[in-house]
Amino acid sequence: MGDLTMYRYDSYDQAIVDARVEEFRDQTQRRLAGQLTEDQFKPLRLMNGLYLQLHAYMLRVAIPYGTLSAAQMRVLGGIARKYDKGYGHFTTRQNLQYNWIKLSDAPDILAELAKVEMHAIQTSGNCIRNISSDQYAGVDAAEVADPRPWAELLRQWSTFHPEFTYLPRKFKIAVIAADEDRSAMRLHDIGLKLVSRDGVIGAEVYAGGGMGRTPMVAPLIRDFVTEDEIVAYLEACLRVYNRYGRRDNKYKARIKILVHEIGVEEYRRQVEEEFAHMRQQGLNPPVEELARIRAFFAPPAYETGLSDKIDRADPAFALWVDRNVAAHKAAGYAIVNISLKPQGGIPGDASAEQMELVADLADRYSLGEIRVTHAQNLVLPHVRKADLPAVWQALEEAGLAEANLDLITDIIACPGLDYCALANARAIPVAQKIAARFADPQRQRDLGELKLKISGCINACGHHHAGHIGILGVDRKGVENYQLLLGGSGAQDASLGQITGPGFSEDGVVEAIEKVTDIYLEQRQDGERFLDTYRRIGMKPFKEAIYG
Amino acid sequence: MAEFLSFRDGDAAQEPAVTVEAFTGQSNATAVRIEPGDDARELLPHLGRIALVEVNFPVFGDGRGYSAARILRESGYDGELRAVGDVLVDQIVAMRRCGFDSFRPDKPLDDAAVERALNRYADVYQRTIDGRSPVWAKRRPETQNG
Repeated sequence: MGDLTMYRYDSYDQAIVDARVEEFRDQTQRRLAGQLTEDQFKPLRLMNGLYLQLHAYMLRVAIPYGTLSAAQMRVLGGIARKYDKGYGHFTTRQNLQYNWIKLSDAPDILAELAKVEMHAIQTSGNCIRNISSDQYAGVDAAEVADPRPWAELLRQWSTFHPEFTYLPRKFKIAVIAADEDRSAMRLHDIGLKLVSRDGVIGAEVYAGGGMGRTPMVAPLIRDFVTEDEIVAYLEACLRVYNRYGRRDNKYKARIKILVHEIGVEEYRRQVEEEFAHMRQQGLNPPVEELARIRAFFAPPAYETGLSDKIDRADPAFALWVDRNVAAHKAAGYAIVNISLKPQGGIPGDASAEQMELVADLADRYSLGEIRVTHAQNLVLPHVRKADLPAVWQALEEAGLAEANLDLITDIIACPGLDYCALANARAIPVAQKIAARFADPQRQRDLGELKLKISGCINACGHHHAGHIGILGVDRKGVENYQLLLGGSGAQDASLGQITGPGFSEDGVVEAIEKVTDIYLEQRQDGERFLDTYRRIGMKPFKEAIYG
Repeated sequence: MAEFLSFRDGDAAQEPAVTVEAFTGQSNATAVRIEPGDDARELLPHLGRIALVEVNFPVFGDGRGYSAARILRESGYDGELRAVGDVLVDQIVAMRRCGFDSFRPDKPLDDAAVERALNRYADVYQRTIDGRSPVWAKRRPETQNG
């Protein structure tokens, strides 16, 4: 991990993560020895990302702002092979979940993670969770600044924060820095969007977004906070929430309900009052510390004089380039998206071998770096255009070259009833049936950008509210039933989907989606995406086609 | 097993604590008890006469008391600040960081476990009113007291 342009632990960071491993080892041993009951152990393991699922323990590993080194990815693959059933699951918050973990192995897994500067701290519990960010951070020509130094600053600030460890509910923060929002920033409890004002970088702060049973798009609560004050400002936001967020009903406990109930003006007023107080408390790290963190993310030494030409002779390769490769800020380089949505696969799953292959490709072709996306895919952020054919060839051989980024088969799905104790319905088989129905690549391309998202219960981990097409699995008198939503978006044009009407069976919802896409193909005007057509013509024509 | 833990010099305050409402309505009480829904800032005009603030945690997962404690300390309160109720060994470090200096948990705490918890983490990332230098200050020794 020598010349990486990502944050590296110093002895302080490492000691804190190592101490956490030993603390959890001690807690686990007390549990296994019967000194702790499950009731006593539960809040402790939940502070460390360990959930008891339907069949086994699930361990959620934090991938801070979705950034991984090749060495870290290799360790994730090794853990999948040694302690799980040979695979892992990348999540919508850019983390990784192992679904088949033995409690007695968990401390050893954390110890392996700590060796490569990783942990599972605050990946569950009513605390500040892993900070998420744009998978193109640092390589997107359109960003005003690199959001990763802000995200790392907030990672450290939020780690074991003494005041905000028993919040009313979990708390998710995203940081982006471009107009195009690839992180669903406004569907987070707090979203920061970096902007430039008179040459100074600061953050617009949005608060009170979220999914779940009461989805909300976060309103703007402050139009500019500089990096040297962001810690004090967020302390103010969190303190108001900690004191006044509802605790009488866990479904009304997220900050979105507080902001909604007291109103954005009143929440803003209380935060400003608290911020005036917090500013006097010496809470902000000095600019030298901000510069220290920023230095880790300095752009790598890109080769110069590289050609931008791509040999498109192989049609399959050319299709993949057109779909999965994005523009990089440096001449001669490209951003490669690796789809984890192959036909017949489970959205977001990767085998140990696939993880290791991606690690090898990153070492060889992407300066040792990998990103995880909010849409449950992977990214090689620094690939020379001349290397694209070789990268594609290797991905193709590993079943990782599906050219479907942002198409109808690039589905976000939660684990659903196959794994999750909270789910009412299965999500993965529905995703697989839809992918099979739309398997024809030409048909997918013709439909264009179409974000389809599936949740197996009202908690909305599959982001169904934010899907151009969303599916919500519910339990209706003991039978799985699927509601269909249209018109949601988690991007810069964030909106919440509307339910079409009565729900469907598993096969019925696939039929309904086909009818919906047929209406789009009939009605679309030049250049319109599905979402644009829906917004122009409204729900009625779709409803008539489905239920008429 | 410890039924009462104190990190203060001298004896613990003995006067029974009264509710915030009772306290602000009478002039001679010196001990007050904050429930999760109370606003700690109502006590700020009276800090001079308070010897003990008890902060009640009916359930450990209700974290409002952490904010109450920190607000009192940030506002200059230097009397005894006691966490009472569902206080577990795993919360002691965070509570100390927020300014609590005594504890009367519903269930006695194992002294060795408390000791282990207090010594587990050598460093912290945040500045609070507990006087510990966060790692960002230690990384730059000249700003340690800044």
